[in-house]
Amino acid sequence: MHVLVCIKQVPADPSAVKVDRKTNTLIREGIPVVVNPFDLFAIEEALRLRERMSSSGQKGRVSVITMGPPQARSALEEAIAMGADDAVLLSDRAFAGADTLATAYTLSRGIRRIEDSTGAKVDIVICGRQSTDGDTAQVGPELAEMLGIPHLVRVRKVESLTRESIRVERIADGGYDVIESCLPVLLTVEKGINQPRVPSLRGLMRARKAGIPVWGAQELGVEAQQVGLAGSPTRVIRVFSPERQRRAEMLTGSPEAVARLLVDRLMTAM
Amino acid sequence: MDYSLTEEQRMIKDLASRIARERILPEAARLDEAEEFPWEIMRVLGESDLFGVWIPEEYGGLGGGVFEQCLVMEELSRACAGVATSYAASALGAFPILLFGTEEQKQKYLPDIASGKRLAAFALTEPDAGSDAGNIRTTAVRDGDSYILNGTKQWITNGGEAEVYTVFATVDRDKGVRGITAFIVEKGTPGFEFGKKEKKLGIRSSSTRELAFRDCRIPRENLLDREGKGFIVAMRTLDRTRPGVAAQAVGIAQAALDLAAAYAMERVQFGKPVGEFQAIEHMIADMATQIEAARALTYSVARMIDAGARDFSKESAMAKVFASDVAMKVTVDAVQIFGGYGYMRDYPVEKLMRDAKVTQIYEGTNQIQRSIIGPQVLREAARRKAGQAKGITNS
Repeated sequence: MHVLVCIKQVPADPSAVKVDRKTNTLIREGIPVVVNPFDLFAIEEALRLRERMSSSGQKGRVSVITMGPPQARSALEEAIAMGADDAVLLSDRAFAGADTLATAYTLSRGIRRIEDSTGAKVDIVICGRQSTDGDTAQVGPELAEMLGIPHLVRVRKVESLTRESIRVERIADGGYDVIESCLPVLLTVEKGINQPRVPSLRGLMRARKAGIPVWGAQELGVEAQQVGLAGSPTRVIRVFSPERQRRAEMLTGSPEAVARLLVDRLMTAM
Repeated sequence: MDYSLTEEQRMIKDLASRIARERILPEAARLDEAEEFPWEIMRVLGESDLFGVWIPEEYGGLGGGVFEQCLVMEELSRACAGVATSYAASALGAFPILLFGTEEQKQKYLPDIASGKRLAAFALTEPDAGSDAGNIRTTAVRDGDSYILNGTKQWITNGGEAEVYTVFATVDRDKGVRGITAFIVEKGTPGFEFGKKEKKLGIRSSSTRELAFRDCRIPRENLLDREGKGFIVAMRTLDRTRPGVAAQAVGIAQAALDLAAAYAMERVQFGKPVGEFQAIEHMIADMATQIEAARALTYSVARMIDAGARDFSKESAMAKVFASDVAMKVTVDAVQIFGGYGYMRDYPVEKLMRDAKVTQIYEGTNQIQRSIIGPQVLREAARRKAGQAKGITNS
């Protein structure tokens, strides 16, 4: 069974990210980066599914894919250090500035190419619920549509897995659904579905030496206008910080005095 | 300071530091308060391969040495010295097997120790045999293909939690230190029991227990080296593990300095941060300088051992005594810089001060360390004098 995890490298501190005033895109250069925290849960869940398979005598394989600049290799190394079998980096200048649709398209082409090389379908695609920098939670479902497979979002637990189907708990309003799907399927996982493992030293050494192929537009057989900024129907017109509308004032003094002040203010406001 | 770590050493240090930050630090105060053994963290350390850094690859380790072990100890100790002690005690218990074990013993025990699947412990101290390790009263009597152990061990780190124990007993009390013999004893052996868990000043997440042997029969193949070699086994082991205690002390002291320096810039009195008063600034300067000196000495000794030096008892003792004295002084100063807050258990510096104290006591008190260093220096001086008398220059 082949499990594939889509990950993203994001700024370690999303609040520290600056916006390029010309293109209205995020400036990602020169800031500390990490694997998107939600994606760590996705990697861990894939590794656990592989362990589940091997304990039932099936062979499992975990592959990891990301789209990003060349330095995104370090995110894939982290996944290999945690225990993933192999990884692919989708990187090309033409991919830059992609919105969620262009990103999902590029990822789908990467997955197709992996499937072509193995001659078999990927059984389960796992994504983190969303990235901490874009926060859209769109790429997973879009990718499932492009791959033509069902998707289950906000999965908080995998209940059971067979060769043909998977049963999960999916967070819903005020509770959760228990839902079953045939394979192949795409899952997006919630924070807290597991506790991601720390890489091992042997894993780190293996990751450092791992051959990670880099596929660009040519390898994926895509046209420049299908990917990156050119392939993105979304345009960011303006980025701004919301203006402060409310004003807080701290009332000080004895509890009685503060209470009297508060009542006065409320009376005046009415 | 740049200590020219190799890429692999950097990787080990970074991984230990990450586990310390992400997994140990958030738990440290709770484990200390609850006096709870950090099993979950031990599991993480096992999965990360860190238990095996000093174990050769043929026994499931990563093939590093004392220096790599020190790098891990320093980083873990920055987050919680109790956790670091539990980690280090396993190495202390297993080092005798690596140094003196037969091939069968190494194959049988070291891979599980390297993976963290089993913890080890080192059982030398007794109620009446602490610094005077030759005064051991636990007896081992040969009976056919077995030995029968009787006696009590005291203050054994990882006691009750560990699966594999290196136990020192005497086969003949009349022979003094030449009667001491080392054995491997597994948890669960009939006649091997654990006493109460001790309540300690510091390193409270680590487990310290009494071990009791009552007609405990162990197979002869669990003898380490030969009868009467136990004292050598213990001393050679401690020579190799004392830099680890030094590294622990460096880690505790570094944590105290980091906290004190940050606090000194934050705490405003008389209209400016207290760190801008020279009294505090100079304390910080001394703390930083002493820590760097302790680290440099510790690393040098660890590298000297790994480079294959034959005799390093003196240097190993120097690293331990210096770094632990630094840790004690620095943590006391850190509490002072924090003032009243430093004395409160809501703040982390009082724990560092409590934890630092043990590094001056265990694995040989600092008085014993000085009794190793002093005579050695004097012997070297006497040799030089004798050399000069013969007209030979000797350094």
